[in-house]
Amino acid sequence: MSIDKQTVARIAHLARIAVDDGAQERLKAELSGILAWVEQLNELDTSHVAPLTSVTGHALPMREDAVSDGGDADTILANAPEKAADFFVVPKVIE
Amino acid sequence: MSELLSMTAVAARAGLAQKAFSARELTEAYLKAADDTAALNVYVAMTADKARAMADASDARLAKGDARPLEGIPIGIKDMFCTEGVETTASSRILKGFVPRYESTVTARLWDAGGVMLGKLNCDEFAMGSANETSAFGAAVNPWQATSGALKGKALTPGGSSGGSAAAMAARACLLAPGTDTGGSIRQPAALCGLVGLKPTYGRCSRRGIVAFASSLDQAGPITRDVADCALMLTAMAGHDAGDSTSLSAPLPDLESALTAGVKGMRIGIPDEYTLDSMNAEIIALWQQGRAWLEDAGAQCVSVSLPHTRYALPTYYIIAPAEASSNLARYDGVRYGQRVDGATLDEMYAKTRGAGFGDEVKRRVLIGTYVLSAGYYDAYYIKAQQVRRLIQDDFAKVFQDVDALLTPSTPTPAFALGAEMDALTMYLNDVFTVPANLAGIPAISVPAGLSSEGLPLGLQLIAPAMREDQLMRGGAVLEKAAGFTHIAKGAAA
Amino acid sequence: MNDNTLIEGKNGQWEVVIGLEVHAQVSSQAKLFSGASAAFGASANAHVSMVDAAMPGMLPVINRYCVEQAVRTGLGLNAEINLVSIFDRKNYFYADLPQGYQISQYKQPIVGEGSISITLPDGTSRDIGIERLHLEQDAGKSLHDQHPSKSYIDLNRSGVALMEIVSRPDMRSADEAAAYVSKLRAILRFLGTCDGNMEQGSLRADCNVSVRRPGAELGTRTETKNLNSIRFIAQAINSEVARQVQILENGGTIEQETRLFDTSTGQTRTMRSKEDAHDYRYFPDPDLLPLNLEAAWVEDLRKNLPELPDALRARLMEQYGLSAYDASLISEDRNTAAYYEKAAAGQDAKLVANWMVVELFGALNKMGITLEESPVKAEELGQLVARISDGTISGRIAKDVFALMLESGKDADAIIEEQGFQQVSDSGAIEEMIDKVLTENADKVAEYQGGKDKLFGFFVGQVMKASQGQANPAVVNDLLKKKLQK
Repeated sequence: MSIDKQTVARIAHLARIAVDDGAQERLKAELSGILAWVEQLNELDTSHVAPLTSVTGHALPMREDAVSDGGDADTILANAPEKAADFFVVPKVIE
Repeated sequence: MSELLSMTAVAARAGLAQKAFSARELTEAYLKAADDTAALNVYVAMTADKARAMADASDARLAKGDARPLEGIPIGIKDMFCTEGVETTASSRILKGFVPRYESTVTARLWDAGGVMLGKLNCDEFAMGSANETSAFGAAVNPWQATSGALKGKALTPGGSSGGSAAAMAARACLLAPGTDTGGSIRQPAALCGLVGLKPTYGRCSRRGIVAFASSLDQAGPITRDVADCALMLTAMAGHDAGDSTSLSAPLPDLESALTAGVKGMRIGIPDEYTLDSMNAEIIALWQQGRAWLEDAGAQCVSVSLPHTRYALPTYYIIAPAEASSNLARYDGVRYGQRVDGATLDEMYAKTRGAGFGDEVKRRVLIGTYVLSAGYYDAYYIKAQQVRRLIQDDFAKVFQDVDALLTPSTPTPAFALGAEMDALTMYLNDVFTVPANLAGIPAISVPAGLSSEGLPLGLQLIAPAMREDQLMRGGAVLEKAAGFTHIAKGAAA
Repeated sequence: MNDNTLIEGKNGQWEVVIGLEVHAQVSSQAKLFSGASAAFGASANAHVSMVDAAMPGMLPVINRYCVEQAVRTGLGLNAEINLVSIFDRKNYFYADLPQGYQISQYKQPIVGEGSISITLPDGTSRDIGIERLHLEQDAGKSLHDQHPSKSYIDLNRSGVALMEIVSRPDMRSADEAAAYVSKLRAILRFLGTCDGNMEQGSLRADCNVSVRRPGAELGTRTETKNLNSIRFIAQAINSEVARQVQILENGGTIEQETRLFDTSTGQTRTMRSKEDAHDYRYFPDPDLLPLNLEAAWVEDLRKNLPELPDALRARLMEQYGLSAYDASLISEDRNTAAYYEKAAAGQDAKLVANWMVVELFGALNKMGITLEESPVKAEELGQLVARISDGTISGRIAKDVFALMLESGKDADAIIEEQGFQQVSDSGAIEEMIDKVLTENADKVAEYQGGKDKLFGFFVGQVMKASQGQANPAVVNDLLKKKLQK
């Protein structure tokens, strides 16, 4: 599958990565090349193969319902680029 | 000094126990070696004070006769492991300044076993790369140098993504180094740097506290000088962790006794499909040599077929980017790491991630976003998970007949840094290592010889899930037969 | 189709189609995938673990209690329990979604199809289909009013366990939607799987509303998000129906969109930030393995389920002879039913139900307090009814006694004693009063005895008046008849 610049822009927006015009051109070619290459999988008929959802085949382990963590906002906020009081701070979101 | 640096961890342990030298002396030797080899750009952060304090604590325990398995052994940590109080960046600009308030389970186990932390080691950004060239810190350099041919005089790659770890090990700037392996990131650099590298069964080592690349493929494992060190280190690293839902609870087999068990009576499969048209003739010759070594030691080698092998790499390059696109969504400039301001939240995200991620990471995140997006999910992601099952089934089938598989570790020896290479050509470096990640099974790369240019080459053994002991048996035999005692020219002395 | 739910438009009728997605917080101590507290009301970011803040390398481990409550809820909804379910990642960026994805269940939820029977105010019942129930993480909270150009983020709710319960589009009016949410909340509370506290956000609903001509294809729906009271749900639906009908009748089309409910105007409005076409890129979370449940474990949970509203209602009708209406009101929550059963023990159960539903509920409503806060305790209501039954007081006097009980908190016997409310059943005393009345009304006695039977009621009234209401009416009747026959 060859993808166009518009598609690059769309997925870059979905991934929230700023990509300038020149980079879009370059990525269009690179991503198209990678996609064309992975499409060799279509040589295989997998219509009767169940997709793998877990490599181990084990069941999900569960933990008990007990409070064992949290209680330390300072630690949680220690690396925050911007904070105020005990909140993380981001540019204003309009709903 | 050079005496201290030339020992394996097993030997150093014996020396420490016999009080031939102190943990502090050993650590000082490695701190100096790290300084001496600074040009290789392997350490991205040194923790000398911490190292000295830990070494002193080890000496106190040694004095009391209370030594733990890795007491006083200097260890370099790949920057993918979160280390409490020590900046952890996954060699990415986006995590610059991030100082975790927690320790990864694997590194915690190493410290609990008495290991001494020397510092953080360079790697490909978010472990995405095969040459350590995607690192925000610049490439680490392989201490090995070509003795002849076109590569002579050129700076070579240590491989990737654990390039800094492998280069540091080969340069004798640390004595043990845990790596992470998503598609070959332990085994390929180990092979390119003349070291032993092992990717355990998926779930053997906890992923908790390791910066995630592709969760269903990521596994931590040891990079060591020899197979015995590998057994020692994996035994310390592995173990069930209630903090990782994919962690295995089954105990690790006894690796130490496997080291001397030999391969007599073992059946080793030689997969037909691991022969590539483009493959270096020396590698083919080495592979045949490996087969002969195993047969000489009493193993029976047979040809086997893993028919879906050629689809492993494209399968990997759908699944790994898909998982990565989601795993890397948390790097958004809100709670840690770098932020580039924007007028709106979305603008802040896009600018932060646009500036924080390098080209290869962006490529993979975008591919991953695309293959999961509406309308393409079935065609790419589901297709890849179906083929992944076929690949796993291939292994399951041959392992009914053989105990392990022998393959080359890489299609070529180390190549020059800065070589113009498109993404797809670079991806081919992992062609022999990726299948074990897709199937979740253990594999080891053992140094087996030098190319005509004087560069290390490795052989890979792949075993069924949970059978790391079989890798030790085969690995120890290959190591002994190969007698690989070469030392990198750029190593500290 | 229920004809009386149709909306009269300018040029014909409209049918309303409503489906609800209810988010119910599991009543757990800790979060779904981390050990941080799930309690409400902590200071900002105090209930946050490294997992909830999506610190690099931190991994989810599921809370067994939450899984158990999802299964119990599924059993309570008569739903199919899926022994294998999968956790998926729903990927999108938002400031209060630290991982950049929400762990949810998409293709294989833990609970499949079920149903809820709702009772409408007219006493009729309907079944509303449940499509699925799945477990998922809640997001954090964004505060937009703390700073002119910034939003503040609190992750305390990030990772709290939610059960998303998705109905079929089976509801046809705001009343039905309200009855559905009330019933669902009752079931959750009986099970103890969610506290049902809508004010604190433990129970929230997203309403999908569309209108169509009766019997036509489904119309385009809008989704109004995050309604946190049953009254708001009804208001939002009614306002949204009116809006859609008006647009369609004016030749417009409905845009499929997410809307917000403005509690100050009672109207819905479009979200100002037009979200881009959502593309959530769901895929199985590789940090978690498939959730496998053992059939025996599920059976064990099923066997140990408490009595649920429907069963309780049926039992109240059967055991106490209650009407469907009284039984459904009393079975609405477990405390009400417990109160009733305590009050009714050894008493005239129907009379107790009547007193509870009419007098007690009416009074509590007026006082704006809950049953738990009622000054009249269950035993005290039972005692009051006992005094009616044993003839100590009449039903009319009982109302006065009840009013004093509410006021003073004293029990019925004390008030009857204090106020001298005892009914007079002593035939001697009553005979005296009758004689006095008959003497004073000799003319009327003659008329009665001449055949004017209707006057009997007049004599009864006079005697009761003379006794200040305390004569036992049965005794009065008896004696009066005898005397007049003479």
